[in-house]
Amino acid sequence: MNVKEWFHHHDHDNVRDGELTPMHYTNPYLIGLLLGIVLLATFVIMGRGMGASGVLSTVVAVTVEKISPESVQGNNFYMGYLGDGESNPLKNWLMFEVIGIVIGGFISGAIAGRNKFVIEKGPRFTNKKRLLFAFIGGSLMGFGAKMARGCTSGQGLTGGALLSVGGWAFMMAVFAGAYAFAYFVRRQWT
Amino acid sequence: MTAPFFKFGYFNDEVSLIVAFILGLAFGFLFERGGFGSGRMLAAQFYFTDMRVFKVMFTAITTAMIGLFYLSWIGFLDLSLVYFGETFLLPQVVGGLILGVGFVVGGYCPGTSSVAISTGKIDAIVYAIGGLFGIFVFGEAFPYISDFFYSTPMGRVTLPELFGIDHGIILLLVIMLAIAGFTAADWGEKFMASKKEGK
Repeated sequence: MNVKEWFHHHDHDNVRDGELTPMHYTNPYLIGLLLGIVLLATFVIMGRGMGASGVLSTVVAVTVEKISPESVQGNNFYMGYLGDGESNPLKNWLMFEVIGIVIGGFISGAIAGRNKFVIEKGPRFTNKKRLLFAFIGGSLMGFGAKMARGCTSGQGLTGGALLSVGGWAFMMAVFAGAYAFAYFVRRQWT
Repeated sequence: MTAPFFKFGYFNDEVSLIVAFILGLAFGFLFERGGFGSGRMLAAQFYFTDMRVFKVMFTAITTAMIGLFYLSWIGFLDLSLVYFGETFLLPQVVGGLILGVGFVVGGYCPGTSSVAISTGKIDAIVYAIGGLFGIFVFGEAFPYISDFFYSTPMGRVTLPELFGIDHGIILLLVIMLAIAGFTAADWGEKFMASKKEGK
């Protein structure tokens, strides 16, 4: 099966009048329960939680070092992601975990018939504007995640389950920021 | 105490990378099942039109939290060996607010954008490129904002320690908060649905 077919693969159950109808999402509490169990397993097996934004930081730090090695010297932020210089900084735990996340998401999407090349947005918004907003939102996320020492995965899920004060303060702030700003970008989504 | 396994040296660094990959597969699969691969689904929680992402997230946190408490209580897991970062209150609140705005503007957060990209969402690819840019800006600005970044340090501190309340009581409070949140989420969904019908 080639890549294109994977993105249009669907079970007979998902076909209605020749149109692709994605499988319904499973009950959210059941998925939450399973996700919680996998997170618990991560704590038990590894003694740490999951994360995501750290991978992007490593990519940025490695790239900046490649282009201008002197500029990372004395910058504790970049140095923190470059390791001791003995091993390749890209070969780390989070990197392998995120590769797994990408593939796991693909497998689930393929089974459910949800793998499709699209630009996600509400009906009243143009593609161009949506991609601009995606870039701006991504930039804010990158900056904010680094300021907060982690993202919704590392601080929210992981810090939240461990009852970390910083994790809970972060999560409340994320929801406060998102709900407060939602009104201004409602045309994008609704 | 027998866990965390890795901290007790049951397997080495190389094996830990394979473990990371396998756990990642499970996270990715469940993220996608939870609706985290769709920017519209993720954003819907901020308009009370579909709260499933909120429900998945808080069920997961509550489940893992109860499990941690139980496994540590029966003496299976040494909680003091489970790593989590130190708290720096002010920068984490400010960072959270910025990330929250980025979440509703961009439609994703870092973890969710990974499964959105692998399921073909083009806006998620642009979002991740934006993420790299934002981190680059942070890195370049770091010498100027590092004072703020290291401000209000509180160390490795948990809610029970901060408030001086028993771990079990905090657990009960969080469970009650989660149930209240789920009830409010259901109510919000119904309200928005009836508002739509009324139009």
